Amino acid sequence: MSATAINSQLRAPSFWQSTNGKKVVMAVTGCILLLFVIGHLLGNLLVFAGRARYNAYAAFLHFDDTILWIVRIVLIIAVVLHITATVQLALRNKRARPIGYSRKEAINSSYASRTMYWSGPIVLAFVIFHLLEFTAGYIHPGSQFIRGDVYHNVAAGFSVWWVSAWYIFSLCLLGLHLRHGIWSMFQSVGYNHPRHTPLLKKAALVIAALIVLGYISIPISVLAGFVK
Amino acid sequence: MKLTLRIWRQKSRNGKGKFISYPVYNVNPEMSMLECLDVLNESLIERGEEPVAFEHDCREGICGSCGFMINGIPHGPLPATTVCQLTMRHFKDGQELVLEPWRAAAFPSVKDLVVDRRSFDRIIEAGGYISVSTGNAPDGNTILVGKDVADRAMDAAACIGCGACVAACPNASAALFTGAKISHLGILPQGVPEQDRRALNMVAQMNVEPFGSCTNIGECTGACPKEIPLEVISRMNRDYWQASWKQRDELVRTITPMTEWSTGSKLKIDPNATS
Repeated sequence: MSATAINSQLRAPSFWQSTNGKKVVMAVTGCILLLFVIGHLLGNLLVFAGRARYNAYAAFLHFDDTILWIVRIVLIIAVVLHITATVQLALRNKRARPIGYSRKEAINSSYASRTMYWSGPIVLAFVIFHLLEFTAGYIHPGSQFIRGDVYHNVAAGFSVWWVSAWYIFSLCLLGLHLRHGIWSMFQSVGYNHPRHTPLLKKAALVIAALIVLGYISIPISVLAGFVK
Repeated sequence: MKLTLRIWRQKSRNGKGKFISYPVYNVNPEMSMLECLDVLNESLIERGEEPVAFEHDCREGICGSCGFMINGIPHGPLPATTVCQLTMRHFKDGQELVLEPWRAAAFPSVKDLVVDRRSFDRIIEAGGYISVSTGNAPDGNTILVGKDVADRAMDAAACIGCGACVAACPNASAALFTGAKISHLGILPQGVPEQDRRALNMVAQMNVEPFGSCTNIGECTGACPKEIPLEVISRMNRDYWQASWKQRDELVRTITPMTEWSTGSKLKIDPNATS
């Protein structure tokens, strides 16, 4: 290293500009979105408690539009930050290996971790479709969307087989995404312990599986005729 | 035994490379991978061809000079082994081995299987120093370090800087290397006074080099000949965000990545300077 090169110094990247900082942002926003996914599941399992209670839960969420929009804005910011960081990092990662290997074996990584770039965008496409179908009501194949009668919307929406199939497929990918994401967020913010991390990885698998099973039980029940 | 070595040949750093297959007969199963290349090079020199360039130094698995991809795995299929320690008995007679250099923007090609890993040197350089008082030698055992703490520091310090982590990472990230270097000093009491500055500087340097980002998938630790645990990356992340939070000034400065050699540099560098 010559002396000239040492003197010409670059400004250090800020927290957000650094890859480590972006990963911390992804971990925190991922955690917010995970909490939403869990809360959304618990609320929607009320579909099994009957039309009255399910619609009452939906009405409860709309108790105050200001509070609802604050929560929605937090979620939208989390989604935007999560995706912005991912895209920026993915572009950087692509540049980091301009010439690829003729042959490359994966020796230690999980399938879920290697497919995060695929599961993420598909889940995003699903979320957009899901919002258009059940929140906005723009796309509601097979039946009329009735604002406020959530039970009807769910039962009618999922009775279309391809809506349910798309839902189940996307939720399985979400599970795959979470199977890596749930433990990875701890690693990104700096928690790793030789005894706890293996447990955390198992817990991530169990939590991801429970979330997938919980969610897909709804379209399956509609298709099977338990929820009408 | 007979092996076919399919080797990446590249004349110069900006030259166009290609794979060339070389059959190697009479391979002794007790040979190391590098000795196998030595045998091949002997025959290439006898035939008047250019020998295959590869890096090596100690051939004891502790210097970090050697390393290339063998059939898509850094340092070959044997875990916790550098190519100099990888003996040919682990391959089957008649097998084809694809030898390819580390591929990363931060490791520009030099020739054949040799890449320029000075980006690692700059990360080390950015780490700075640890404070050691001058004067008389201190009494032994004035700083007590528990066995478990010393072991953890040693596990991280085992990093030989070979670059297999970057080579194995689908993102070509240097997180495991930088994490190991930050951890092995940060874990010990002697390294604590400069811990924050070290984390900020080394992470900053890692980020100005064209390495990718860590996606916590763990390919690096699987390929690492010293089996550095993924824990060092989380320690780097923790040290970095804590230091970023506590930071009171903006004194972190990085070193401009210099990937040219001093003779062919685009920067205005004294061509007589030793690098």
